[in-house]
Amino acid sequence: MAISRRVFIRSGVATVTAGLAAPSFLSRIAEVQGAGTRNLVVVYLGGGNDSLNTLVSYQDAAYYSRRPTIAVPAGQVLQVGTDGAGHALGLHPRLGGLLNIFNQGRLALVQRTGYENSSRSHFEAGDIWGTANPQSFSGSGWLGRYLDTLPRPLDALAAWNTTAETPHALLSALSGVPAIANAGSYTYASPNRGSAALQERAAAQAMATNPASGRPHLAYVNSTSLGAIQTLDRVALVTAYTPSVVYPNDGFAQSLKTVAGAIVKGVGSRVFWVTTGGYDTHSGQGGGGGGAYANLMGTLGDGVAAFYNDVRNQGLASDTTVIVYSEFSRRISENGSGGTDHGAAGLMMVLGGSVRGGLHGTAPVLSPGHPTLENSSGDVHYETDFRSVYAKLLDSWLGVNSVPILNGDFRTGAPAIF
Amino acid sequence: MAKINPEIDHLLRRAGFGVSADDVGIFRDMSPAAAVDYLVDYEGRPDDVDARIGRPDHAQVNTDDHLFAPDINIEDARQRWIFRMIHSRRPLQEKMTLFWHNHFATGYSKLNVDSGQTQAAKMLAMKAGVLRGPQGQIETLRKNALGNFRDLLVQMAQDTAMTIWLDGKSNTKAKPQENFGREIIELFTIGVDNYVETDVYAAARVFTGWNLRGSDDYRQDEYGDLNSYQEFFYNADEHETSSKTFSFPIYSDGGRTIPSRSISAGMQDGFDLITALAVHPETGRRLARKFWNFFISEIQPPDPSFVEAVAGVYRQNGTEIRPVVRYILNSAWFNDPSARYARYSWPAEFVVRSIKEVGWQNYSLDNARSPMAAMGQQLFEPPNVGGWPLGANWFSTSTMLARTNFAAALAGNQKAFLAATLAADAGTADGLMSTMLNRVTTAPLDQAPQQALASYLAAAGSWTGNGDQLSTRASGLARLLVGSAEYQLV
Repeated sequence: MAISRRVFIRSGVATVTAGLAAPSFLSRIAEVQGAGTRNLVVVYLGGGNDSLNTLVSYQDAAYYSRRPTIAVPAGQVLQVGTDGAGHALGLHPRLGGLLNIFNQGRLALVQRTGYENSSRSHFEAGDIWGTANPQSFSGSGWLGRYLDTLPRPLDALAAWNTTAETPHALLSALSGVPAIANAGSYTYASPNRGSAALQERAAAQAMATNPASGRPHLAYVNSTSLGAIQTLDRVALVTAYTPSVVYPNDGFAQSLKTVAGAIVKGVGSRVFWVTTGGYDTHSGQGGGGGGAYANLMGTLGDGVAAFYNDVRNQGLASDTTVIVYSEFSRRISENGSGGTDHGAAGLMMVLGGSVRGGLHGTAPVLSPGHPTLENSSGDVHYETDFRSVYAKLLDSWLGVNSVPILNGDFRTGAPAIF
Repeated sequence: MAKINPEIDHLLRRAGFGVSADDVGIFRDMSPAAAVDYLVDYEGRPDDVDARIGRPDHAQVNTDDHLFAPDINIEDARQRWIFRMIHSRRPLQEKMTLFWHNHFATGYSKLNVDSGQTQAAKMLAMKAGVLRGPQGQIETLRKNALGNFRDLLVQMAQDTAMTIWLDGKSNTKAKPQENFGREIIELFTIGVDNYVETDVYAAARVFTGWNLRGSDDYRQDEYGDLNSYQEFFYNADEHETSSKTFSFPIYSDGGRTIPSRSISAGMQDGFDLITALAVHPETGRRLARKFWNFFISEIQPPDPSFVEAVAGVYRQNGTEIRPVVRYILNSAWFNDPSARYARYSWPAEFVVRSIKEVGWQNYSLDNARSPMAAMGQQLFEPPNVGGWPLGANWFSTSTMLARTNFAAALAGNQKAFLAATLAADAGTADGLMSTMLNRVTTAPLDQAPQQALASYLAAAGSWTGNGDQLSTRASGLARLLVGSAEYQLV
């Protein structure tokens, strides 16, 4: 039996108990959903997205002189108007799907996000964005700390990570986040059938329930095992999801389809994580608005647009916010291999039916010596602290106090994205 | 397929991939110190494992539509490597090769995009001399598994796959390319917080000209001759000759500047920098911390005195790895009982150990490839140059589900073998249980999981210990044990 999220909320718990195979979790689902119906979907661009080619300052002559072979031609950009400093801007030509959302007023483009002394290491920078702490980045993640504020016991599906590895942002002191890349293969196998298989599953569940006191590492592995067993039945609901649009057939879009299915089926997840990789474009980015980077943009724009249109068609756009970011942007000048090396501040995108779209912040001016640059004018200096965007998402979207989660008040200067 | 004693079992889980029936005969009467020497001085053992592929009493390899070709087909290369881990007479060599594969993490997909699947597989996995061209990266790691780290760095800096993976191919004097220069400092040697950004830019200039060239018949597509190849080549015309200054010493007199050299002499820049990085005190410490996690514990953080002691052995032995590993395996840290089952197994360790313990009769290693990817470790495809996220990061609901489902598939596949090899001890349910627990070795089981396992056998009803009942319960028990949290620890 498929349960749409809206039906679930309207009819309450009692009437739908029969539809879920794990009744003991219903109270927790209700608990989570009772606290709000809003979703946050994180789209992480792995490798360091070249923001200057995502949102192009196409009247900046230095953009073209410093990127002779990889610049996006001014005639090809998808114009989105001028920012507060008067810079004319355009999206990469393969982001037509995002242009539509921008034109509906539901895509916020937050320019020059970052932090002081930007790390150029993928791993350190990823940890900094994950923990929201440029000084000490080995602890829990910012979304993990958000999950820790939710009422206990936390539903095992409160967050849903569509990649196999748990991203640092989702690391929590109190609970593991399930990683479900493919709902269809999220099933339980046995060497036997019938009652022997059922007895075996019961034994596996009993073993995984062992608290393993005194052995926290064993308890942790048990928790992943138990989390799998407890979420199998609800995840199976998602495999029955029929989207309202056709998603592209790549892994990224298929992950977003799974997220849409989980939202529409109302399985209880509030935070979703999707990664798309290949952004470490040291070489062969491609020129003339085409090539490898254009393919990355096509994958991103087509996938996100399909997702947005799908949830909008299902009447859930205003419950859904998507945030798109990467660990850093890239060097302003292209290198000898038609690519760009690791840089600093970059573009964050926030979109959804409740988002106040538009251009936020100002574009850098790429002429050497300009104060919007750093590192001997090699890189873009940040204007908006990335944590202020996190703060806005926590305070105004997820409805929690951002200060303890971010270990500081970053509301000042936050872009007005809601 | 049995426990020997706690010290040797621990050693073989860490310095190998667990205990097979053959291992029992070899190690049963050895002292731990003798066993360490046996494993570390592996040149005394025959390197005959590849020649045993295809023997009926070994695990099998399988392909859909072609002759097994592990030198030019990456899926076959993955099977060959798992076969080696199971059957090699030099388990520590394979274990260290796995360690270095994670340390110098190089991924097939990018090579495939660059050079096509045949050349990509060849660059990663070809044994020397099978076809023309340099041996694959994994063979270089294997040959140097306990060799000199400084020499290994040089070979990696000149490795065909690495040169494509980290874009050394396009590192030119006009536009130095930072990818390799950054990672050899940040990931392969001294690590973050021990260098500054300008070191990276200088390192990129150091390696300008460290490039590749194709053989005469090389074509960058799928249709070139299998014997065509790319190889390392110092392109002097692309070397940037100005001096390069670092924030750390390059020379033993404390000098931090690599002098300006002519293009013909400029290759020495790279050797100077690599030597400096290899002997930098933080490199020994960083390797020591990685060895702590790989050999000792992922539950306790590295003991600072371990780090200093191991870094000292590394330095005193001129960056040789063999004395370092011998020291670690003989150390009190390694032999402390608290170190047992104090690591989270990598998927490769888990899969190989379970095959060694459950059985491999007519088992095709092709069956292990997809599950390993679902567990988060596809060999020759690390997620990025930083290698796999280790320790607790291996475990999520879906990767744990992939492990338990692999346990189910393996136990199902070996049902008949399990029944046949356990029948003699399966006269009672308790007999089956104790024999199985001696064969499939888990971290200690608390009362509750023991109870759950006993209940599972009791649910079979009146115990006969033969026929369907035995094959069902033996396979179900193997699945429960291999899929347990306790088994994931090594």
